[in-house]
Amino acid sequence: MVTFWVALLAISILIYLLLDGFDLGVGMLCGLARSEAKRETMLHTVAPVWDGNETWLVVAGVIMWGAFPLAYATVMSAFYIPVIVMLLGLILRGVAFEFRSKALRSRWIWDVSFVAGSFAASFMQGAMVGALVEGLQFSNGDYVGGTFGWLTAFSALCGIGLCFGYSLLGACWLVRKCDGLVRDAARRQIPPLAIGVLMFLIVVFAYALAEHLPILQRWTDRPYLFLFPLIGAGAAAVLATSVLRHDDYWPFHMVALIFAAAFGTLALSFWPYMIPFVLTIDEAAAPHASLAFMFWGAGLFVFPLMLLYVAVGYRVFRGKSVQAVDHY
Amino acid sequence: MDPTALLLSRLQFAFTISFHIIFPAFTIGLAAWLTVLEAMHQYSGRPVYRTLFEFWLKIFGVAFGMGVVSGVVMAFQFGTNWSVLSKMSGPIQGPLLAYETFTAFMLEAGFFGILIFGRPRVPPWFYLFSTAMVALGTTLSAFWIMVNNSWMQVPTGYVLQNGQFVPDDWAQIIFNRVVWVRFPHMLLASYLTGAFCVAATGAWYLLRRTYRAEAHVMLRMGLALAAALLPLQLFIGHLVGDYVHDYQPAKFAAIEARWHDEQPASEVLIAIPDSSTESNRYAISIPVLGSIIASMSLSSKEVGLSSFAPQDRPPVAIPFFAFRIMVGCGFVMLGLAWLGTWLGLKHRLERSRLLLWGIFLSFPLPWIAILTGWYTAEVGRQPWTVYGVLRTADAATPFLTASAATASLILFVAVYAFIFSFGTYYIYRLLRAGPAGLSGKPLDVPVPNRPMSLADKMPTIVEAGE
Repeated sequence: MVTFWVALLAISILIYLLLDGFDLGVGMLCGLARSEAKRETMLHTVAPVWDGNETWLVVAGVIMWGAFPLAYATVMSAFYIPVIVMLLGLILRGVAFEFRSKALRSRWIWDVSFVAGSFAASFMQGAMVGALVEGLQFSNGDYVGGTFGWLTAFSALCGIGLCFGYSLLGACWLVRKCDGLVRDAARRQIPPLAIGVLMFLIVVFAYALAEHLPILQRWTDRPYLFLFPLIGAGAAAVLATSVLRHDDYWPFHMVALIFAAAFGTLALSFWPYMIPFVLTIDEAAAPHASLAFMFWGAGLFVFPLMLLYVAVGYRVFRGKSVQAVDHY
Repeated sequence: MDPTALLLSRLQFAFTISFHIIFPAFTIGLAAWLTVLEAMHQYSGRPVYRTLFEFWLKIFGVAFGMGVVSGVVMAFQFGTNWSVLSKMSGPIQGPLLAYETFTAFMLEAGFFGILIFGRPRVPPWFYLFSTAMVALGTTLSAFWIMVNNSWMQVPTGYVLQNGQFVPDDWAQIIFNRVVWVRFPHMLLASYLTGAFCVAATGAWYLLRRTYRAEAHVMLRMGLALAAALLPLQLFIGHLVGDYVHDYQPAKFAAIEARWHDEQPASEVLIAIPDSSTESNRYAISIPVLGSIIASMSLSSKEVGLSSFAPQDRPPVAIPFFAFRIMVGCGFVMLGLAWLGTWLGLKHRLERSRLLLWGIFLSFPLPWIAILTGWYTAEVGRQPWTVYGVLRTADAATPFLTASAATASLILFVAVYAFIFSFGTYYIYRLLRAGPAGLSGKPLDVPVPNRPMSLADKMPTIVEAGE
């Protein structure tokens, strides 16, 4: 039961990373688009799906609360400021979708809030992961790091890194969904963004080595973990060739694979901890009665249905995005 | 726990949830109405239904978006500000919220995109299906939230183990009687909100002498629905009162401003409760009515606040006044709905401009009723978060500092005020522009530029003399 829910939590977080990742990325790239028409086209590629994408964050959140209440309570309260700033960022960018098309003179406000909200949410997500990797201060299971305990050079670096990563995913999404100028611009953005992500990975790795982060020992203990960077490297090679060949389809999938590989690395490095070296999965797990109640309904039947809704949504809006007739 | 941080956390929760409920209260009813409109259009082919559908869909989109983003906050705020509660009640509240997210949010979110953008891409039956799924999603969401909150009001089906509420009877948690009066109460409140907004918009157009055909459909449907649902709502409201009486006697005493045990009890209609003297000033009360309302008896003894230890009493003024405002709104709406429906049947509504003004200005009433109803329920539950088991003061994040809580509260207020003012302004502008004000290219059905062209086709509601 615990294994089932930890797997579902991991899958939900990964789906969130990939789906909201590209739509946050498109949000950040909107800041680089100079013309109204470009921004409109970019926005339109994510408008029908952003709500569903963001819902995966809530899915991950409530699985964590229901199945691992201790981890939920500890992580959310320790990350008070970053969680709230992330939420406010998501609010500002979320309402921009609807408000932008209703605004006349005030449209620039929603462009700004769309871009800034996307940045804030992405940065905070990266910073929180970074802080977990580096380790938060606990004493007897209680968080003692203070209001800004999560903010370090390393976590800030991870925040910036995730902004690059999401933007890269967003650019590949635009290549896949758009034509003409927007696609070409996005394709030109892929190499610098990819190099940014690569630089970030190198710096993080160097930092981890220099600081002797305890999580690194996982790598010597578990050599199979090196499989994931290899998958990532292979995906990066395919990404490079597909961009050179001006292929529209493969870049998105390859960056998604890189994300999956990175996530897999991180998740297996954490195992069996939920909060590294403080709280294990088993310690955090809810009583069997709770896990079983969720399993026999939500887990077994509704979760596949949710995947079906996502599939239906993406199927209806498949192919190159066309401008809406009346909305937006 | 820093008392300032506790107070700020409570304010923040009250503020963010009050802000949030405004939108679902509206969209639950509106989603159901959109489904009816789409079905009626597909069945009858009358263009007025399609016009109204497209028009209200725009408004639905804005309100739904604000509901979604303000709702995401709620899923995380339990953890940020109420970590002890999250730890203790996670095994019960967590799975309930997981069911909400799994069954409701994904359904809404998945089909919302199709609702807004998908009409040209899917067959009509699937579009109708998508509309119905969004409506179903909003309703399921309300259901799970009511299960969740009802458990906090009347905790049941659990044992306390290792400092956690461990569920031992899920059927009792989900199917207990309290849920099944409170959920219909909230659902009806949402339908009434939708009905009154639609009717008020109709009244507004008639007062401005525009969109006559659409206005009549909106008034007729909105008022008829409200006229039928309001008596039911008052009855269910009474049943909700019964559960409070049975399970939360201190809250009941606070609502009634009953300071001391009485037999038979009188009913305080209005007063200024004064907790320092434990009495009411300027009270107007009716003897024996209190016992009748509480126990359907002429002689029952009703419990007063002084029977409870001071640290177990809720504040009195907020539940007392909030409850009376809620009930007052209910009766005003009942009067408007019945009068309006009756005059509508007699074809005299359009000439009753005073009543039209009344209906137009009544649109905030359902929201006021919902908010005050929730304040009654939640403030009346104090000093408990989980009634009788976990105190609010013990539920908050122990290490939260006052400065962090201040910063987050200020940020929430600033951002919400910002998006609320723009959001309501955009909705106002959409409403003001009316169904023909739809921007962009024309619909694939004829949209009348002159409302009269539609009214010609609807002899039943056309009246003499415009």
